[in-house]
Amino acid sequence: MASGGSGVYRTPLSRARGMGAAKSGVGRFIGERVTSVALVFLVIWAVSSALTLSKSGYADAAHWLGSPINAALLTLLVIVGFFHMRVGMSVIIEDYIGKPVTRAALLLANAFACWGAMALTVICILKVALTGGGL
Amino acid sequence: MAQASPGARPRPLSPHLMNWRWHVTMAASIFTRVSGGALYVGMFLLTGWTLALVSGADAYGVYMGLLGSWLGQLVLFGFTAAIFYHLAGGLRHLAWDIGKGWSKEAASISAWMSIAFAILASLIVWGMATMGVH
Repeated sequence: MASGGSGVYRTPLSRARGMGAAKSGVGRFIGERVTSVALVFLVIWAVSSALTLSKSGYADAAHWLGSPINAALLTLLVIVGFFHMRVGMSVIIEDYIGKPVTRAALLLANAFACWGAMALTVICILKVALTGGGL
Repeated sequence: MAQASPGARPRPLSPHLMNWRWHVTMAASIFTRVSGGALYVGMFLLTGWTLALVSGADAYGVYMGLLGSWLGQLVLFGFTAAIFYHLAGGLRHLAWDIGKGWSKEAASISAWMSIAFAILASLIVWGMATMGVH
C-alpha cells in the first residue's frame, strides 16, 4: 500500500497526503468505457470503409464523404477517438512521469494535440461533406 | 517504499516493462498499452487524409501515393494490427468491468485469443485489400 508499513505513527495529514481522494476520475473512468463501447462499432465500420476507399480515387472519396451517414459516422469516430486517445495517453503519462512540471507539460501537450486534431479533422470532414461530393 | 518526509514525498509510479515475469497476460497488457500508443500516432494519418481530401485531387493523389508506398503499406499494416489488438484488449477490459473473465485460466485464454484475433483479422483484411474484395 502507498501508506507504508508503520501506520500507527502516521498523522491524519500524512495519511491524507498519501491516500486522499483524487476528487476526480470517476468521470474519466466512465468516459473511457463509454468511448470504448462506441469505438468497438465505429472502428469496425471504419476498417470496412477504409477497405472500400483504399482503391478509390479523389472523386470517389469525396463522393463517399458526401453521404450524410458516412460524414456523421466519420465525425463521431474522430470526436470519440480523439477523446479516448487523450484519456488513454493521460493515463500513460501519469503512470510513468513523476516530475510534476514535466507531467503537467506533457498532459497539456496531449490535450492540445488531441483537441486540436479533433477540431481540424472535423472541420475538414464538414468542408468536404457540405461543399463537395454528391447525395 | 519511500519514507514519509516533510512536505511532498515521491509519488508511487506504475511498474515499467522490466518488472514483470513473462506471462501471456503480462504481454497482453503491455500490447494493449503499446497498441494504444501506436493508434495515437496513427490517428493523425486520418487527420492527414481529411486534410488531403480538402486540399483537392492533386494533394489527395500525393497522399494516397505515400500511403501506397512500401513504407506506407508497412505502417498501415501495423496500424491495422494495432486496431485489431486494441479492439480485442478493449473488449477484455469491458468484460472485466462487468465482472467476467477474472480467473487465471480465462485471462490467459482471452490473452491468447486477442493475439490470435489481431493477427488473423489483420491478415484477412489485407488479403481482402490485395485481392480487391470489398
